[in-house]
Amino acid sequence: MMDDLKELYQEVILDHSKHPRNFGKLDPCSHEAHGYNPLCGDTLNVFLNLGPDNVIQEILFDGKGCAISMASASLMSEIVKGKTTAQANLLFDNFHDLVTKDDAILLEDDDLDRLVVLAGVKQFPMRVKCATLSWHALQSALNGNNDTTTE
Amino acid sequence: MNKISSFDVERIRKDFPIFSEKVHGKRLTFLDSGASAQKPKVVLDAVQDAYTKTYANVHRGVHHLSQLSTELYEGARKTICAHMNASSVDEIIFTKNATEAFNLVAQSYGQLALKPGDEILLSYLEHHSNIVPWQLIAERTGATVKAVPIDSNGEFLMEEYLKLLSPKTKIVAVTHISNAIGTIVPVKEVIKAAHDKGIPVLIDGSQAMPHMKVDVQELDADFYVFTGHKVFAPTGVGVLYAKNEWLEKMPPYQGGGDMINRVTFEKTTYATGHSKFEAGTPPIVQAIGLGAAIDYVNSIGFDAIAAHEQSLLAYATEELTKLNSVRIIGQAKNKAAIISFEMEGVHPHDIGTIVDQAGVAIRVGHHCAQPLMDFFDVPSTARASFALYNNTDDVDALVGSLKMVQEFFG
Repeated sequence: MMDDLKELYQEVILDHSKHPRNFGKLDPCSHEAHGYNPLCGDTLNVFLNLGPDNVIQEILFDGKGCAISMASASLMSEIVKGKTTAQANLLFDNFHDLVTKDDAILLEDDDLDRLVVLAGVKQFPMRVKCATLSWHALQSALNGNNDTTTE
Repeated sequence: MNKISSFDVERIRKDFPIFSEKVHGKRLTFLDSGASAQKPKVVLDAVQDAYTKTYANVHRGVHHLSQLSTELYEGARKTICAHMNASSVDEIIFTKNATEAFNLVAQSYGQLALKPGDEILLSYLEHHSNIVPWQLIAERTGATVKAVPIDSNGEFLMEEYLKLLSPKTKIVAVTHISNAIGTIVPVKEVIKAAHDKGIPVLIDGSQAMPHMKVDVQELDADFYVFTGHKVFAPTGVGVLYAKNEWLEKMPPYQGGGDMINRVTFEKTTYATGHSKFEAGTPPIVQAIGLGAAIDYVNSIGFDAIAAHEQSLLAYATEELTKLNSVRIIGQAKNKAAIISFEMEGVHPHDIGTIVDQAGVAIRVGHHCAQPLMDFFDVPSTARASFALYNNTDDVDALVGSLKMVQEFFG
């Protein structure tokens, strides 16, 4: 029991949830979206500036959420900064497989390796939406949809 | 024999087969009865027997099983009528759940009584199911929804309520007990004040029925709603008690079989009493299960149940208060055994996941009471809700698992 929990709440996750990186509002920004999980009432906003060649130059997020959603958003913000939107989308696809599939075949990628700390979520299916909320919000922001929900 | 002295929680736990199950290899600590209660064997047996020995559709045909099934289904209605002290079985309508009962009253009473500018008076303690149906009918009729405020302890503010009652108020719909924070609303006073101004009152009894004896005539409620699954019965059945005077005036909610008197393409006339509001094949077996559940709680007695639950509430409140990081949300003077809380620096979802690993089932989230969450300025809380089968071991398991949460996040 404690093993699953320790796998879920690794030190990195607790650290990012207590001290989220890139936390705040970006104003003005070129893209933003509001993410909402109706199951728990958590909200999360993603703000970013997209530069030439669709590179994410700046990204900030804010909101209220559980340790998993805050840590995931914090890690995401660090990782997608400097990436193109295509690279970010590919990372999300791989990350989604990582937290939902037992036999996920993942890219060999240093950034993805950093996200493996969230793989423990797979043992807690009710919590997958917490881990993916920020990524859904990022996609909505990039696609020009201002609101997204995890339902 | 005095029922209180004969209350034996360990014997009661044996009536519920679920308690022989393990969760993650641990003893089950079930503190989520406010969401849905566990089922005693007598209810499961009544359901099984209804399907295996007497099953047929009701109110149709003259064959043996149809008669038996109808007698059992109508017998359940009599049980509920007697339990709530309704003046007639005609006033007991079976619905699929409490939500359907709210929608029935909102739509049907709304169609009868609401005009543009009229007001529907709710409270901040309401579950979404006693908010959204009223918003739907308000949009359709041009009426507006208002809500009685509460104070920081979660008390229903009677003075504010009296101020909000106006000539525009056409119905008051409030909960008997808050599902999220346990506040017991003084509904008898609420009803009296509304009646003094000629306004009918609906009471949401979903959380009250498992914890207290409700007498609808003593309360003088116009409508009283509850769901079966929270009072140890199967899902799929709820009850609307409504005074006959309203049922006579209100138009049908849904059309179909069973609710008619005579159908022609030119004109259909409707059945009367509860039949007018029970279109189609009803939840036959679920209602029979509900009758068995009501018999079960009455065999124990609500004086004994309430005394047991209040002692658990006091013990749990005391133990949780000892945990410095825990803040209890909702400290009304009169409370049912429902405790909402938050922990400093820990999101309720993380609490829920961690305590679950210790076999402790609690609800985390907004409890379908977002206006109330907004009032307390929290997105969600953790909630432990108790029932007659809980014991002090459950409280100790909860507190132990919360200490584990503190260790993780400390």
